[in-house]
Amino acid sequence: MTGRGVERALGLLAALGLLIGLYAGFLYAPPDGVQGEVQRIMYLHVPLILVSYLAFFIVFVASILYLWRRRDRADAIAHSSAEIGVLFTALAIAAGSIWGRPTWGTWWTWDARLTTTTILLLIFIGYLMLRALVDDHSRGAVFSAVLAIIGFLDIPIIHMSVVWWRTLHQPPSILRPGPSTVAPEMQVALYTNLAAWLFLYGYFLAKRLRLEEARWELNRLRMENLG
Amino acid sequence: MSFSRRVWAIARKDLLAEWRDRESVTAMFYFAFLVLFLFSFALGADQALIRGASSGLLWLAFTFTSVLGLSRSVQGELENDCLDGLLLYPAQREAIYLGKLVGNFSSILVVELVILPIFAVLYNMDLWAQLPKLMVIAVPGTLGLAAAGTLLSTMTAGLRAREAMLPFLLFPVTIPLLLAAVRGTEVVLHGEPFELAVPWLKLMAAFDIVVLVVSLMTFEYLVEE
Amino acid sequence: MVSAGRGGAPVLPAIEVRRLVKWYGGQPALRGIDLAVAPEEILALFGSNGAGKTTLLRILAGRVRPTGGTVQVAGHMLDRDGNEVRRALGVLAHGHQLYEALTARENLAYAAAMLGLDRPSERVAQALSRVGLESAADSGVRTFSSGMKRRLALAKLMLREPKVILLDEPFASLDLQATKVLEEFLMASKAAGACTILATHNLTMGYGVADRVAILRQGRLVFDGRREETSLDAFRALFALHGEREEGG
Repeated sequence: MTGRGVERALGLLAALGLLIGLYAGFLYAPPDGVQGEVQRIMYLHVPLILVSYLAFFIVFVASILYLWRRRDRADAIAHSSAEIGVLFTALAIAAGSIWGRPTWGTWWTWDARLTTTTILLLIFIGYLMLRALVDDHSRGAVFSAVLAIIGFLDIPIIHMSVVWWRTLHQPPSILRPGPSTVAPEMQVALYTNLAAWLFLYGYFLAKRLRLEEARWELNRLRMENLG
Repeated sequence: MSFSRRVWAIARKDLLAEWRDRESVTAMFYFAFLVLFLFSFALGADQALIRGASSGLLWLAFTFTSVLGLSRSVQGELENDCLDGLLLYPAQREAIYLGKLVGNFSSILVVELVILPIFAVLYNMDLWAQLPKLMVIAVPGTLGLAAAGTLLSTMTAGLRAREAMLPFLLFPVTIPLLLAAVRGTEVVLHGEPFELAVPWLKLMAAFDIVVLVVSLMTFEYLVEE
Repeated sequence: MVSAGRGGAPVLPAIEVRRLVKWYGGQPALRGIDLAVAPEEILALFGSNGAGKTTLLRILAGRVRPTGGTVQVAGHMLDRDGNEVRRALGVLAHGHQLYEALTARENLAYAAAMLGLDRPSERVAQALSRVGLESAADSGVRTFSSGMKRRLALAKLMLREPKVILLDEPFASLDLQATKVLEEFLMASKAAGACTILATHNLTMGYGVADRVAILRQGRLVFDGRREETSLDAFRALFALHGEREEGG
């Protein structure tokens, strides 16, 4: 299967999945017993967060591969995955915030998981900024690879520190963002949306990689002609 | 043998150059002092509030001041192409990282030691008896800041937005260190049993180890062009 | 490329560059350089700003990674044995690479420690007297004139006893004494078997010390010949032909 073919397939699956997911989330699944309709945002929030974590994990692995083998493809994957991860995380936090307002009465809270996710977002925004600011491309790639490795390995440490800190200063939140009951229809809605957003991630990644490949081809042609 | 000789040569050179001018540590000291002073001022007369916030403010001051010191340390190498000169020696890149680390760590620690009595005065704390325990907390905390800071300041050295980028990258990464240091300091200052600080010390140790290992493994890639 | 040494036996080049290419983003800086420099050879490389002289020197020094091609310095492949290359190398760059807050002696002592030299204080004292800075040894470098700074940078170079010497615009900001010291150093190193590449705008001075002269233009070597086969006037004409402007006198 060609690159374009994979990309098209993923795009189709994503579109399909999102449509089905939309239906499942809004109509198929029952409203939550405690939270009511607002709980439906979770079918957006949870998949976004999970796919983000996957995206950042891939940035981590690709960064290690890049430093080890210096394959441009690994770097392109890292960069693309970070972009998608930052986007999805920001959306997830926004969705969570929208959920939080009617549920907790507040747009923001220093809940441990939310805090850790925000710090994660900050680290990878830093990753993207670093890449944008370094003029020499391969240098920027090396710098951000190192940042990604440290950032990712830091996540469990950050999470532990934030959890310990919170248990000291405030009682743990009673309501956590997540499905509070696991009715089978709700599970279906959750998994369909998860699959849909995974496909969407794959689609974006494939498309972005194709863009990078085109850029490499352009450089190669330039070098042949002018060199 | 020559590895450690080089590490000490670099650290010694940094500290010697610093001692000649004392520009950097003076700036660092004034900055930390200002932070503490302004906050003490801003929090007003509410003694309970000040006591509660004091450890946090102390470490905030230390963190900001570290950024200042780290930037200036790299700046010193960028002048006159000294960094290029440094990299032309047949020295293992890890020795260069460690040398810079020791230099940075020492400057920051010195500033912290000078700031502590000022802190004691401004915030009405009795520190003298607690000093050894405070050092047990401060050393791994400062080490983590210096380790991550040396790595990141090397990256941000040549950038256009250098002044903004270093704190932007350093702060999120070192948050766990900060939380641990603040809580550990609190334990000591409030006279709580020291065992409460131990898990936080372990956290700092974990952070320090991760940062040191990753830095040592990747530093050579950072400095080649 | 192999040249004949003194006994007529083939001598391996101290610097060997093959098909060297360097691209910065979308811009070519070096477009395929083939160059070999033998030990005891002094190559003067001329070219205007942007021609690629500094890039070439920085690649040879291991500070910049080439986009393509191979580089061998002092018998070691650059991408494999970085530290071995550095041990053999001596570089005099644009910036003097001196710490202004320290004294001359301290700067050299630091260099000696980083080079892992035995009897460092002895070597430092020797280098200081070779460049005529013994009296200023314990003054801060900040108080030095630019000529004195150049001499100190040269002293640092001498500590290394390099087999391969790279000089980028060495005649810039030199006073009379410093120029003399530099020329003496170049001749002494040559006698000791070192090879030298010096990149400069200064036609007269560069030509004066060289065994070989070359012109770099827009990333390509457009001329490379032995000095004794090219008179200064002929070279001047060539230089002008390639659109270069000379400096100095």
